[in-house]
Amino acid sequence: MSSYDSSAISQVRALRTPGGVQAVVVTLQGEVDLQHSPAVRQQLIDEAGKRPGRLVVDLSAVNYMDSSGVASLVETLQRVRGYGGELILVNPTARVRSIFEIARLDRIFRILTDLGEAMGE
Amino acid sequence: MTSRSAAAPVMVRILSDPKYLCVARSAAERFCTLAGLDAASSHAVGLALDEALANVIRHGYEGRCNQPIHIEFDRVEPGPEGPDPALRIRIRDYGCQVDASAINPRDLDELRPGGLGVHIMRSVMDEIRWRRRGLTGMELEMTKRIAPSAGSAGGCGQERS
Repeated sequence: MSSYDSSAISQVRALRTPGGVQAVVVTLQGEVDLQHSPAVRQQLIDEAGKRPGRLVVDLSAVNYMDSSGVASLVETLQRVRGYGGELILVNPTARVRSIFEIARLDRIFRILTDLGEAMGE
Repeated sequence: MTSRSAAAPVMVRILSDPKYLCVARSAAERFCTLAGLDAASSHAVGLALDEALANVIRHGYEGRCNQPIHIEFDRVEPGPEGPDPALRIRIRDYGCQVDASAINPRDLDELRPGGLGVHIMRSVMDEIRWRRRGLTGMELEMTKRIAPSAGSAGGCGQERS
């Protein structure tokens, strides 16, 4: 396989919600496919390892995602739930949302349309 | 007897490196549009192709990035194989051979990473068939029917003046 390509990770921010919950917002961009998902997976696993109360993944700038990207999010969801945290996906495009619907994961993930709502503002 | 093809097939050859998946997806989406599929269906077919190629890279070639993959896109006109025109994609690799009957989607009620690719391919395409080819590799043929009301094939979106 190629070495990890981290260009799909735009930004990682550590924040605190108005309610005082420690939160991390990971902003992804571009195409999260087999080329980019290993780096995305590693970043998300690293962030989950810090055990924030809320891990938010902003998908608004992702224009393509395949099952390898979805698998990274499923693995992260399992880890976050494992320590009692919450994973929230924000604002996926219709195309990205469609793969969650095909995989019937739109009922498993908490998917919101607004980053402010995800932060509890 | 096989169905007549409306136009010459388009063939794309890539190496089994994930960085070329975007090239194959783009080619698929553009061909689908030319063949008469709408934008959403063209995107879905690109996704199905992506999943098929990812399986070839991960399982057929076990992660090796310098192996050949041949992709052929074709629009098949109504005939003995079906009453509607259809988009047909063939993917040929030269990697590990597997028992085609053992390639099945997993139970979606089980929440775990991975194993979604075959489900996605079967959800998007109307027919999927794997077969062993010769002594090495597999050929995957995927077909998606094109609704009769869809636009005609072969146009480039421009009229000659």
